[in-house]
Amino acid sequence: MTEPCMSSPGGSSSFWQGLRAFVPLVPGVMPFGMVAGIAAVQAGFSPLQSMAFSLIGYAGSAQLVAAQMLGQTPALLIILATLVVNLRFAMYSASMLPLFDGVPLARRWLLAYGLTDQSYAVTMGRPAAEPHPVAYYTGATVLMWLTWQVGTATGALLGAGIPASWPLEFAVPLSFIALLVPVLKSQPQVLAAGVSAVIAVAAHSLPFRLNLILGAVCGMAAGLLVQRWKERQG
Amino acid sequence: MTIWLLILGVGAGSLMLRASFLVLLRGRKLPEGVILSLGLVPAAVLAALIAPELLYTPGTGTFAPFGPRLAAGLLAAAVAWKTRNLLLTLIAGLGLLLILD
Repeated sequence: MTEPCMSSPGGSSSFWQGLRAFVPLVPGVMPFGMVAGIAAVQAGFSPLQSMAFSLIGYAGSAQLVAAQMLGQTPALLIILATLVVNLRFAMYSASMLPLFDGVPLARRWLLAYGLTDQSYAVTMGRPAAEPHPVAYYTGATVLMWLTWQVGTATGALLGAGIPASWPLEFAVPLSFIALLVPVLKSQPQVLAAGVSAVIAVAAHSLPFRLNLILGAVCGMAAGLLVQRWKERQG
Repeated sequence: MTIWLLILGVGAGSLMLRASFLVLLRGRKLPEGVILSLGLVPAAVLAALIAPELLYTPGTGTFAPFGPRLAAGLLAAAVAWKTRNLLLTLIAGLGLLLILD
C-alpha cells in the first residue's frame, strides 16, 4: 500500500503522473535551454561556466538577461536585473504554499529550488481529483530539471554552430500560450490576462524587463477588482 | 572571476525568491486579498510573458504588430484551444512562423 520512496500512500503514482504530464512540454523546454546555453557561450561564458549557471541559477529568462548584459554592466546590476525578472517566482511560491502542508523543511528547500514557470503551470493545471499535489509537482519538476540541464549543456557544447536564423526561441512563448489557454476559465482571469498583456506591451521600453512585473501586477489588480465587484452583486 | 560571482549571485537570489513563501514564510496566515489574487497569478504572468514576444521583433526590439509572430501566436492559441496539446501547438506556431518569416 505505502510506496517505499514516498511519504504518503499513492504518492509514487502521483509522481509518475506529474512526470507524464510534463512530457509534452519537453520539446518546448529543450530548445529554450539550448538557446540559453548558446547565448551564454557567445557572451563569454566557458561551456563549464554555462553549465554551472544552469545548475546554480536554474532560471532561463535570468540566464538570457545575464548573457545579454555581460560586458557592459557591473555584475551587481546584472544580479539585480535577474532578481526583477525572477520576482514572479515569489508569486508562484506564495500561490503553491497551501499545497505544501506537512512537507519537511529540507524537502521544501529542494522543491523550491526546482520551481519554474513550467513545473508551476503543470502543477496548477493538475486534475482536480489529484490526491498528492506535492508528489505530482515533484514528478513534473524532476523532468523539467533534467530537460533544462541537458538542453543548456547541449547548447553550450554546440556553441556557435547553430544558425542564428532558426527561430527556436519562439518555442518559449508558444509553450506559454499552450499553458495560458486552459487557465482562462473565468471573467476575472480573462481580464487579468488582457490588462497584463496590454501593459506589458505598452511598457516594453522599461529596463530589466520591469514591464513583465508591472503588467502582471496591474492585471491581477484588475482581475481582483472585477472579482470583488461580482461578489458584491451577489 | 566576475562570471563566477555572477553565477553565485543569481543562484542565491533565485533560490531566495523561490523559497520565499514555501520555506521562509511558511505557516503564516495570508490575508484574504492575497489568496484571491494568487488565483490570478498564472493568467497575468503568462500573458505578460507572451504578449511582448508576439508584438516586438526579438533582438532589435522594434514594435512590429501584425507581423508573422502575431499570426503564428494566434494560430497556436487556436490550436491550443481546440486540442489542449502542447506538441501540436508548437508545431502549428513554429511551422507558420517558418513559412511567413
